[in-house]
Amino acid sequence: MARTSEPARSPVPGSAPSTLLAAADVARVVDRMAHQLIERAATADPGSADGGLPDLVLVGIPTRGAPLARRLAARIEAFTGTRVDVGTADITLYRDDLRLRGVRALEPTVLPDAGIDGRLVVLVDDVLFSGRSVRAALDALRDLGRPRSVQLAVLVDRGHRELPIRADFVGKNVPTSRSQQVKVHLAEIDGVDEVVVLDGEP
Amino acid sequence: MKRHLLDATDLDRADATLVLDTAAQIEQALAGREVKKLPTLRGRTVVNLFYEDSTRTRISFELAAKRLSADVINFSAKGSSVSKGESLKDTALTLEAMGADAVVIRHAASGAPHRLASWVKGSVVNAGDGTHEHPTQALLDAYTVRQRLGRLEGVRVTIVGDVLHSRVARSNVGLLHTLGAEVTLVAPPTLLPVGVGSWPAEVTYDLDAVLPKSDVVMMLRVQAERMNASFFPSAREYSRRYGLDGRRMAALPDDAIVMHPGPMNRGMEIAADVADSVRSTIVEQVANGVSTRMAVLYLLLGGSPA
Repeated sequence: MARTSEPARSPVPGSAPSTLLAAADVARVVDRMAHQLIERAATADPGSADGGLPDLVLVGIPTRGAPLARRLAARIEAFTGTRVDVGTADITLYRDDLRLRGVRALEPTVLPDAGIDGRLVVLVDDVLFSGRSVRAALDALRDLGRPRSVQLAVLVDRGHRELPIRADFVGKNVPTSRSQQVKVHLAEIDGVDEVVVLDGEP
Repeated sequence: MKRHLLDATDLDRADATLVLDTAAQIEQALAGREVKKLPTLRGRTVVNLFYEDSTRTRISFELAAKRLSADVINFSAKGSSVSKGESLKDTALTLEAMGADAVVIRHAASGAPHRLASWVKGSVVNAGDGTHEHPTQALLDAYTVRQRLGRLEGVRVTIVGDVLHSRVARSNVGLLHTLGAEVTLVAPPTLLPVGVGSWPAEVTYDLDAVLPKSDVVMMLRVQAERMNASFFPSAREYSRRYGLDGRRMAALPDDAIVMHPGPMNRGMEIAADVADSVRSTIVEQVANGVSTRMAVLYLLLGGSPA
């Protein structure tokens, strides 16, 4: 587990937002996930000189999965010198809870020019919760092409799954209660890198 | 968004922009795909209730709903119980009982969609009512302008022809004004509606004077079926004064575009070489119609409880 620069306080009900990961922790966690991705790609394709990385496509789930995917790709390039394809796949039109939650504005879906057919796709999201977003993303991928295999990378796994879905790469496991919210803030969108836990439903 | 789309003026600037942005994302998400289908409206039912013939609008709505995986029922007044005398209200109640989530209605009577909206629980989309409104046409036109010119704010749009009978003109004036474009109407005095002075648009009779100042020229169809009085002396004279030919097109600024809602009367309001020129967006308008209608159906139906 990543050491935190501030001691991570366990969230107490009724307390103010507590910080799970500060900026330095987010950077360290992303670095560690990048290393794990490199290792896994190499294991999957041990014969190739570049460790199977050209086969790898990181697909971010908007909103915050998209910058996370770009960051992971940048770190992988920094560590290995190999460029990794990045895409984003908006899953809104594939959600099964649109009737419950109402419509939302759509985000772009952009895939690398080489597509995803026959490649190793790693879905990237910020928080893994019920698993319904991931299921929607899998449905979306099925319409976009046929990857060789699909893996899942999340910055935070907070538990409470409603579907049989498990992440392959987890930045941090965070036991939470259902009434809490886990918010990931990223510099690209929110101006600051941090993961906080808030009490109470949205 | 509201529950229904009845008039283009129902949409404020934020809503209209949301529809256009959503259409753009949908178009981009489906571009180059083998499977042009999304599961978004699975299990929802959309009824196309067409009291007036309109193949292109009906097919466009049907395709939009099918690409979102909705079930589509096409109902045309011809050969239905309407010809046996059933009223619009009874038809509406029947559809309601069958569980329609949205009704797309085209009717020869202005205001029919408003009446329908007061009778059914689902969403109502106006697909053209009489000489009143055709909001999805205005949305797809605005989308096409934005796609070609990159903006709508400050764009100078000239709408030419039969404004009196044109729901396309009425909806476009409202929506384009909402989105910040400057609209000029050009028509023979006999084909301008009473009260046009209160519309948010300039009015003139002189096409040649406004062409050099137009970023967009939207030609309206001369609706032969509505020419029940002497609105102009002859087709030839109309064509000479208000038709867009190659010579007039040459007077336009370099990046200006020519639009037409279709179907065209080639040689009447628009010359064949103009319709087929690179400035013409007529084919794009048809394609954009599907994306725009998908956006409208998604925004109206996506969130409402079943």
